[in-house]
Amino acid sequence: MALLEVPLLEVPLLEVEDLSVEFPTRRGVLKALDRVSFTIETGEVLGVVGESGAGKSLTGAAIIGLLERPGRIAGGRILLSGRRIDNLPQDELRRIRGRRIGAIFQDPLTTLNPLYTVGRQLAETMQVHLGLPDAEARRRAVSWLEQVGIPAPAERVGAYPHEFSGGMRQRVVIALALCAEPELVIADEPTTALDVSIQAQIITLLRRLAREHGTAVMLITHDMGVIAETADRVAVMYAGRIVELGPVQRVIRHPAHPYTEGLMASIPTLEGRPGGRPGGRLCRLRQIEGAMPRLSAIPPGCPFSPRCPKVFARCTEVRPELMAAGETEAACWLYAPALAEAAHG
Amino acid sequence: MADSPAPLFEAEHVTRVFDVSGPWLQRITSGEKRRSLRAVDDVSFSMSKGTTLSLVGESGCGKSTMARMAVGLYAPSRGKIRFEGEPLSAARADARLRRRMNMIFQDPYASLNPRWRVSRIIAEPIRAFGLLRSAREIAARVGELLLQVGLQPSDGEKFPHEFSGGQRQRISIARALSSEPEFLVCDEPTSALDVSVQAQILNLMRDLQRRLDLTYLFISHNLAVVRHMSDRLGVMYLGRVVEIGPADEVFSAPLHPYTRMLLDAIPDLSMSGRSRTPVAGEVPSPIAPPPGCTFHPRCPLANERCRHERPEYTLSGAMLVACHAVAEGRRAA
Ligand SMILES: Nc1ncnc2c1ncn2[C@@H]1O[C@H](COP(=O)(O)OP(=O)(O)OP(=O)(O)O)[C@@H](O)[C@H]1O
Ligand SMILES: Nc1ncnc2c1ncn2[C@@H]1O[C@H](COP(=O)(O)OP(=O)(O)O)[C@@H](O)[C@H]1O
Ligand code: SF4
Ligand code: SF4
Ligand SMILES: [Mg+2]
Ligand SMILES: [Mg+2]
Repeated sequence: MALLEVPLLEVPLLEVEDLSVEFPTRRGVLKALDRVSFTIETGEVLGVVGESGAGKSLTGAAIIGLLERPGRIAGGRILLSGRRIDNLPQDELRRIRGRRIGAIFQDPLTTLNPLYTVGRQLAETMQVHLGLPDAEARRRAVSWLEQVGIPAPAERVGAYPHEFSGGMRQRVVIALALCAEPELVIADEPTTALDVSIQAQIITLLRRLAREHGTAVMLITHDMGVIAETADRVAVMYAGRIVELGPVQRVIRHPAHPYTEGLMASIPTLEGRPGGRPGGRLCRLRQIEGAMPRLSAIPPGCPFSPRCPKVFARCTEVRPELMAAGETEAACWLYAPALAEAAHG
Repeated sequence: MADSPAPLFEAEHVTRVFDVSGPWLQRITSGEKRRSLRAVDDVSFSMSKGTTLSLVGESGCGKSTMARMAVGLYAPSRGKIRFEGEPLSAARADARLRRRMNMIFQDPYASLNPRWRVSRIIAEPIRAFGLLRSAREIAARVGELLLQVGLQPSDGEKFPHEFSGGQRQRISIARALSSEPEFLVCDEPTSALDVSVQAQILNLMRDLQRRLDLTYLFISHNLAVVRHMSDRLGVMYLGRVVEIGPADEVFSAPLHPYTRMLLDAIPDLSMSGRSRTPVAGEVPSPIAPPPGCTFHPRCPLANERCRHERPEYTLSGAMLVACHAVAEGRRAA
């Protein structure tokens, strides 16, 4: 048994293959995730960005087996170290969740139990998943509080969640997600509910601890700035699909997909862009016209085609899959060699 | 700005205190003292017509309270607010003046009546102020307002839930504009929106400002957004404006240690490798703020004086800064 648990080196830590998630409704089945594929390597931070409703949280929920009914996986596979986890029975999945995959959500209060002290929650998590004896678990609980920067950890270990501020609670949640030494942590908007100054603290902490413990992180956020500073690679989602995937520097500086390009240009930056008008105010932000389609009205072919400045005939007919686009991959017909020629010439 | 005539809007030593004591009976029986919270503490600024002043700061620092006082939704506990030189209370009593100021809120979902059609929502201020009488004129004006914010006149027939977040914020803006105001207080107008939608709304607000010569008091916690919108910028901390001046200068040469920390905390999209120091600590409870300079527990430049004596404003160039280190010419080591 023990031998089988050793991951094969060639296999990525997490593989998501053609994952589809749907919601049956009275007016038909809505496809919320449509053949999403990506991998996460051991110790890697993969950022997932996209606007509200793009499918970021659903992707995370499907991986940890927390899809809420009537949502269901309608196709594809999810593999952890080469083993399928999308079709496991509930109890087995629960064991993997917590032990091998940790979770951090936007609102720390959804993760913390208000009735138990933070120390007890940490200790119990370690007892269940690591089989630690009582005293050792309690000792480590203090050490985790210290690692996430809670002042006077030995005293605070007996405190209840409501006695902490929002930022402190999110630190406790991070400790709770990491204390069972999982191989992967799924962090869904871990800083969105926090103030800017606290966000930076939390992101720095998460990045440092993940690196120290060799934990891979799937970091879901709509904040490109957070991704820029934290992730190794980034997946950009739009209307339930991944439209671009690549090294974070490349995607930010030289986005290949027209949606990513528009998204990047619409972010206000401190440094500003050239062409500011007198009086010091900077130029107009670039904007993408229109809005992301609703799930019930996703256009055929490329889902971005109604808003795309570079749309051509094929885009509205055939769906583009992720294809090599310079140093990233983009789901865009501009990068199909034969077609691009036809489009430009 | 220096040569412009009398300001459109002025706040002078404005303070707002909230009573946060327990219920009366509980206080009597337990002998607990009255407790108060100074949400806005001695804030002064003025705005000239057609410009934008932004207030930034972390949650709970008093931005929304100031915004509410600016349109008369709260009365200041102390200090004066003037609109075109007249005390705001007098201005609010006069319907002609009242229609000239309006507010846009953060949450476009909560601020629109879900049971009303969009056309009725937008027409309501027109009717309330009696700006137009005939149904046909009102309908035409509503259609015009919808076009102005990038929607279709036919959208007036729909209900708020039929729109996306960004579209709902457009409806709020159309409603705010329907009384033909000159002064708009915008409290986190894009904080609930995605960046791509935010860009649309910010561009729209700037276009409208230019076309209609609007004056904005713009509230946000997002410094990058503020950078795009402001002529002047005030940074708030625990109820006080700790630094205020021309936006360009605040961004290019921030003086107050808190402003510098905030600027430092913003994730760097350009990945220029600028080294960042995350802000240490958190905002203390406003019920029992630290003595002296309220920022001293988090400040790298704090010394003995800072712990006891509240810093007054120092004028440094065009900037007003409340900090002993700036006044004394002390710098970061
Ligand atoms: N219970 C449900 N019934 C029907 N549709 C749903 C349900 N839950 C989610 N969806 C839809 O699935 C899509 C993706 O949802 P998801 O929550 O993953 O988006 P997201 O990218 O996380 O957005 P946000 O940033 O707003 O959380 C959305 O269009 C959403 O409306
Ligand atoms: N009606 C009220 N009663 C008591 N306290 C209030 C009230 N409104 C605001 N406060 C307090 O005043 C402070 C400033 O609030 P607010 O202006 O809403 O902050 P911001 O908008 O910057 O987040 C906060 O500590 C808040 O809890
Ligand atoms: S496939 Fe066509 S419509 Fe879609 S993003 Fe590429 S160019 Fe635009
Ligand atoms: S007054 Fe003192 S504590 Fe306050 S900001 Fe200035 S240096 Fe820091
Ligand atoms: Mg989400
Ligand atoms: Mg507020």
